[in-house]
Amino acid sequence: MNDMTQSNLERALKIVGTRPARPDGVDKVTGRALFGSDKSLPNMLVGRVLRSPYAHAKIISIDTSKAEALNGVKAVITCADFEDFPSEFVPNGEMVVNLKDITRNIMAREKALYVGHTVAAVAATSDEIAEKALGLIDIKYEVLPHVLEVEDAERPDAPLLHEDMITIGVEPAPKKASNVAKRVEFGFGDVEKGFAEADLIVEREFTTQQVHQGYIEPHACLASVSEDGQADLWCTTQGAFVVRNFCSKLLGLSAAQIRVTASEIGGGFGGKTVVYLEPLALALSRKSCRPVKMDMSRAEVFTSSGPTSGAKIWVKIGVKNDGRITAGDCVLKYQAGAFQGAPVGPGAMCAFAPYDLENVRAVGYDIVVNRPKVAAYRAPGGPISEYGVESVLDEIAIKLKIDPIEIRLKNAAKEGTIAPYGPKLGPIGMIETLEAAKAHPHYSAPLGPNQGRGVASGFWFNIGGETSSSITINEDGTVGLTLGTTDIGGSRASMAMMASEELGVPMDLIKPVIGDTNSLGFNFLTGGSRATFSTGMTVVRSTREAIEELRKRAALLWEVDLDQVEWVDGHARLIAGDEPKTMSLAQIAKQAGKTGGPIMANCSMNVTGAGPSLGTHIVDVEVDTETGKVSIVRYTAIQDAGKAIHPAYVEGQMQGGAVQGIGWALNEEYIYNDKGQLENAGFLDYRIPVCSDVPMIDTVIVEVPNPNHPYGVRGVGETPIIPPLAAISNAVSRATNIRFNELPLSPPKVLARLMHG
Amino acid sequence: MEYVTPKSASEASQALSQEGAFALAGGTDLLVKLKTRFVSPSVVVDIKHIPNIMTIKQSAEGWWIGAATPCAEIVEHDSLSKNWPGVVEALSLIGSTQIQGRATLGGNLCNASPAADSIPALIAAGATCVISGQTKEREEPVEKIVTAPGMTTLGKGEFIIGFKLPIPKNRSGDAYLRLIPRSEMDIAVVGAGVSLSLSEDGKIEAIRVALGAIAPTQVLLSGLEDIFIGKEPNDDAIQKLVSLAEKACKPINDKRGTIEYRTKIAGVLAKRAFGIALKRANNY
Repeated sequence: MNDMTQSNLERALKIVGTRPARPDGVDKVTGRALFGSDKSLPNMLVGRVLRSPYAHAKIISIDTSKAEALNGVKAVITCADFEDFPSEFVPNGEMVVNLKDITRNIMAREKALYVGHTVAAVAATSDEIAEKALGLIDIKYEVLPHVLEVEDAERPDAPLLHEDMITIGVEPAPKKASNVAKRVEFGFGDVEKGFAEADLIVEREFTTQQVHQGYIEPHACLASVSEDGQADLWCTTQGAFVVRNFCSKLLGLSAAQIRVTASEIGGGFGGKTVVYLEPLALALSRKSCRPVKMDMSRAEVFTSSGPTSGAKIWVKIGVKNDGRITAGDCVLKYQAGAFQGAPVGPGAMCAFAPYDLENVRAVGYDIVVNRPKVAAYRAPGGPISEYGVESVLDEIAIKLKIDPIEIRLKNAAKEGTIAPYGPKLGPIGMIETLEAAKAHPHYSAPLGPNQGRGVASGFWFNIGGETSSSITINEDGTVGLTLGTTDIGGSRASMAMMASEELGVPMDLIKPVIGDTNSLGFNFLTGGSRATFSTGMTVVRSTREAIEELRKRAALLWEVDLDQVEWVDGHARLIAGDEPKTMSLAQIAKQAGKTGGPIMANCSMNVTGAGPSLGTHIVDVEVDTETGKVSIVRYTAIQDAGKAIHPAYVEGQMQGGAVQGIGWALNEEYIYNDKGQLENAGFLDYRIPVCSDVPMIDTVIVEVPNPNHPYGVRGVGETPIIPPLAAISNAVSRATNIRFNELPLSPPKVLARLMHG
Repeated sequence: MEYVTPKSASEASQALSQEGAFALAGGTDLLVKLKTRFVSPSVVVDIKHIPNIMTIKQSAEGWWIGAATPCAEIVEHDSLSKNWPGVVEALSLIGSTQIQGRATLGGNLCNASPAADSIPALIAAGATCVISGQTKEREEPVEKIVTAPGMTTLGKGEFIIGFKLPIPKNRSGDAYLRLIPRSEMDIAVVGAGVSLSLSEDGKIEAIRVALGAIAPTQVLLSGLEDIFIGKEPNDDAIQKLVSLAEKACKPINDKRGTIEYRTKIAGVLAKRAFGIALKRANNY
């Protein structure tokens, strides 16, 4: 029998590692692909949301009677249409969620906690009527003082967002409620002893601002609930099954009553792992018995979806004169937004993870403020904490006159290193990416005037999780793959490639589709860089099972024992016998009816053994010393992919992560006024990079295989957003001889430092 | 909402004098305001069907640029670009490639944004605009149009039909620079337009400098004559230009920049635009 777990690491590969066109490419470039708001149904209503104008306010009363009376309005909902839940934390990828908070975030209950917080929603026969109806909803608020920054929120006299919130993770538990939801700590050894042994200690404080994922496609969905409670939901999401489970709980429906179909997705980056409009559309549809379509404007995406935390962090590192780190310590204070759940846990876990340390400590605080509740954003928490550590390390390298790559090599984590968050690391590529960076021509290229070169590394865990997929052998010899993880970065291509490699048939005979929630067992969402790793694992296993079945059918047709049949290059081959006999996949498939019926296989598993991915980035910047404007002159991203199934899409992830990091480092920030209103809820003044802001991002894929995957795959999507923040800050610091410790490095901020030091 | 397409200037003036009437040229500002419900016109008057409003012409008296000519057409006009490179580079910065196909000089001026890119360059160039009204046509320098953000001196039923620019003398040059945090598709934090001409012996005969986004309206710098006229430009004069530019600033602190930053940048951009204009004048 075929070994379902057999490794292909030593095998010569024909398909894996090549760069075929993606199966979904033509639909996307011709405009056929259907995204979140592209679907319509007969008798469909338009759903619109009424949002809080206040950053913090008690809701005294809501009167919807005038809106309900308006001709054309078919349903109005408020928190009264959703049941309440006790506080209970449930893991959701790299984040943790709580139903008590989710139901309050999708629809405010006792209080509105940020400007843009949903307080009511309507469904009407036209957009105009829906808008008019929103104006007829009468809400009485008692406006409360608000708080936006962590240093203000943790003061004893700060306005409390949740009057019953007692900090978790502090012993003994505090008696008084506060805005500090949670304290976490990771590490080992004795940092004080380590600092005592150090020849040089550098400690710095850093500030980063709240940033948004900036996906181009706004949230959108279409819900249809029938009179007997059967619900169909079409939406843009990173995980249809996760949406189904959230919605079934929030609406009191069973999982079988809701079928969720994920549309094509116009970017998510973690932001489409939670629900906003979906439960509202379902509730409105249930109430009106008509399909309801909802979508967010760009401004709503900014004010009312889930950006990531702004933070205040403190980092202290001690080193010997030779650059060897004796101790690393940090304190991270992350904004959670209106409900707890800042990614400070993963931030603390990965802060020092690229390094092999004896004494390390990372303390994190999850602090609620009157901003939208944060959601995952590509390596949630990682870019912030590692920005601090990588900046301090650069300052140390300068002070010790050590090359920044050398100091990292001296301390690099490797196979067998105990990670600061506990486990012993398997094979990882920190040293390999640093060596590749050192050898890259970029690293030794001359710099021009006012230019500086920065280097930084990044570590990300990656995850596995519950995954299910199936394969069908069609009667004409073509192959169908049904996958349950949203294709965000080309996973349909990589799944078809792995199946093609296993089966030995050309990739264009394989059609991969993303199934709805009724077509497969539960799939956790696409996040944690898990799709190519986890879904790939199930595809390889189910394909091997299908091959096993194909051999059986051939053995039946040849009337020989199964062990007489082997599978080679898409054909069954008779091992013994007078003359060589083969039968193609198509020939076997054609006769499937008389050998036992259709051939298909599936694989469901809770995938473990994800391999961390390390990256090192090199960036050259030029600083206009009269205006403070920073330009990215040259950029090289180096990363360990384990194995690049489709190298072009791995490079795309590396480039995309670098570009998002460039935006985070240079210009992106949520700007609030004194009323707690977001001043830049649009792409004009929330400046993600445009094409001309970035040079071609050069990439180098390093391959240190993950032994837990048949092809050696690690996740690649998240790591590349980690190094850019520090790499750019280090480059600007080196170009100007001024140490920068605040993001973004926007022209006014850089010029202020150049003028005033 | 009514939509009309008058075929003559007087017809357009008639339509525009109605209550709640808005002029539509390229629509790149009006459509955004419509969609965000910032304005709700009773009648939209599409002025693009009026003769000469979308043409570029050169005559002995100078250049005519129709107020509704798309920026993309102006940018592709070779001899106008050779004559007024600063004006053309300023209007080429408005919006994106797609917006350039619709955006117009008349619209950029009448939208009356303090940060409009074309206005400082047009003021520096000494451009005038021809205003059509119900009873008469009048001509005004561009700097006389904007009075405050979103406000102009145009009266009821009046609209701009075109712009006039002189044919530059030998040894003239102009330039426009803006500072944006990105590299394109952004709004000026500060803009600076400079136009100057030199005598045969390299002395400055005429100079105009206008700044944008540093006050409620664009500012035409005064006091340049004493510093520059009849003299060869030197570092001391340029330093005085920087001080004059900084002093002219009455900016605000907002999401796009601080008072300190805008003031400092006004001087830097005036100096740099002067340098480019001077180089162009020496080569023209």
